[in-house]
Amino acid sequence: MGVESLYQEIILDHYRHPHNKGLREPYDAQVQHVNPLCGDEVTLRVVVKDAGGEPAVADVSYDSLGCSISQASASVMTEAVIGKTVREAMDISAAFLELMQSRGTAEPDEDLLGDAVAFEGVSKYPARIKCALLGWMAWKDAVSQALDGPATQAGREQT
Amino acid sequence: MTTTAGPPTHLPDPLQAATRPLDVGAIRADFPILGRGVRGGRPLVYLDSGATSHKPRQVLDAERDFYTIHNSAAHRGAHLLGEEATDAYEAARARVAAFIGAAPGEIVFTKSATEALNLVAYAMSNAATAGPQAARFRVGPGDEILVTELEHHANLVPWQQLCERTGATLRWFGVTPEGRVDLSDAAALITGRTRLVAVTHQSNVTGAVPPVAEIAALAHARGALVVADGAQSVPHRPVDVATLGADFLAFSSHKMLGPSGIGVLWGRRELLEAMPPFITGGSMIEVVRMEGSTFLPPPERFEAGVPAAAQAVGLAAACDYLDALGMENVAAHEEELTAHALESLDAIDGVRILGPLTTDDRGGAVSFTIEGVHPHDVGQLLDELGIAVRADHHCAWPLHRALGVQASTRATFYVYNTHDEVEALAEGVRQTQRFFAAT
Repeated sequence: MGVESLYQEIILDHYRHPHNKGLREPYDAQVQHVNPLCGDEVTLRVVVKDAGGEPAVADVSYDSLGCSISQASASVMTEAVIGKTVREAMDISAAFLELMQSRGTAEPDEDLLGDAVAFEGVSKYPARIKCALLGWMAWKDAVSQALDGPATQAGREQT
Repeated sequence: MTTTAGPPTHLPDPLQAATRPLDVGAIRADFPILGRGVRGGRPLVYLDSGATSHKPRQVLDAERDFYTIHNSAAHRGAHLLGEEATDAYEAARARVAAFIGAAPGEIVFTKSATEALNLVAYAMSNAATAGPQAARFRVGPGDEILVTELEHHANLVPWQQLCERTGATLRWFGVTPEGRVDLSDAAALITGRTRLVAVTHQSNVTGAVPPVAEIAALAHARGALVVADGAQSVPHRPVDVATLGADFLAFSSHKMLGPSGIGVLWGRRELLEAMPPFITGGSMIEVVRMEGSTFLPPPERFEAGVPAAAQAVGLAAACDYLDALGMENVAAHEEELTAHALESLDAIDGVRILGPLTTDDRGGAVSFTIEGVHPHDVGQLLDELGIAVRADHHCAWPLHRALGVQASTRATFYVYNTHDEVEALAEGVRQTQRFFAAT
């Protein structure tokens, strides 16, 4: 089945055994994002710390409801960005977005994307791209909020 | 239908005996799109007519003939084509009226069922400044608008917004575990404060058919208006506004074999006469001066802009097509397919059907969940097999929440669907379960 290019083993594996799932304390920013079509949702927290004069992604945790693609993508995203500087992580995020918008024509950079290259097949199914991007967009939003100013948790919970 | 020993639990539908089976093979030949392949050349199994139906060549030809021979702006132009376009548009109005037992002057063409519902909601807030004849449409603080938790967003959000604009309060009937409107507290909900009751004529998720006439009788006894959302009923079974009970009925062309871009609001003539306009502009005015304007009687009062004449002609052709089949036969065909689907899906372990498990007071929307597999993934696997279904909250988010699910997979049936396609759906569901269990 062509659909096997979408549901690669690595995706199904992350779906069944998600990494970094479950909200953790403390955090600098928390966001909630929803896919209005199907109601899939993710609540995501980030911790941003200084690493040698540059902000870095110290932790990402999340809770979510959704399809295999959105669940696996959030899991893969956390693996890709935790421990990276924000700049590096934003580059990975941009590469993932480009891969999703490629309609199956991109040649993804495996060194940069890691397990996220497995989502190449998603780009051939336009209806599923939003699923794959849900966690990534939430992460980007949360990091932007964390960098915006001095983080007080109470002030960070609205999105 | 099968019979069992012992007394029947309900009387047989008198229409049932009079129905004749549809010649589905001949019908399918009228729908060019059903001949195309999908996903590696598989035959298309289209089970998403509840979202939009396909169009027979008779409808496509009627629209093409209008553009080819008569095309012009209806209700304006001092030329022959203008006359022909106007005649075609008004003949289409009369045809649609006849389809639901209405008078032509009670048929307002809109762009969709959604716009038809918004028309009533905005007319009600516009009534605040529209003079004494519109008084019965006014709502404000202390007044209540009553809806149900089953509603499609199109028959919910416009009423929420009306309440926000006017200070009225939104109340609603809940949903039973079986996916029907819970009328147990009807006496407490329908009161002297109720100004309008908006209710689906057939749920697009659970298929439940609420007793609209009964609800309308209670509402009318308290002086409330009643709006029925017929988007899922008018395409699928005989609907006669004389026995409907409601004061307004909204439905759309594209779900009943007609073109997209046109919908219908039926309203009782005396109500349309008193109702202020929603969308204003050309075509709906009587006299325009810089200081202010007066408006035409209905239905023109509610049809600003150049009419969608080609779409109206296509919708009239769809009414011809459906009436030639016989709406009671259409309903009987869908009831058989629905019964088959309910039985086949309910027999699969891990499948939960959202809605009644029998066809009593139930239309042909069969929504379900599969334990452990998200509806998006179900829809994707079925699509791979050539089976087109809907997989999300079907624009009925509160209903899904009330039934304790995030989203669902929905199969809907129409005149061109077959029992083999129902079997393909059930087999597709089993394959989906195997795919997500095995890996």
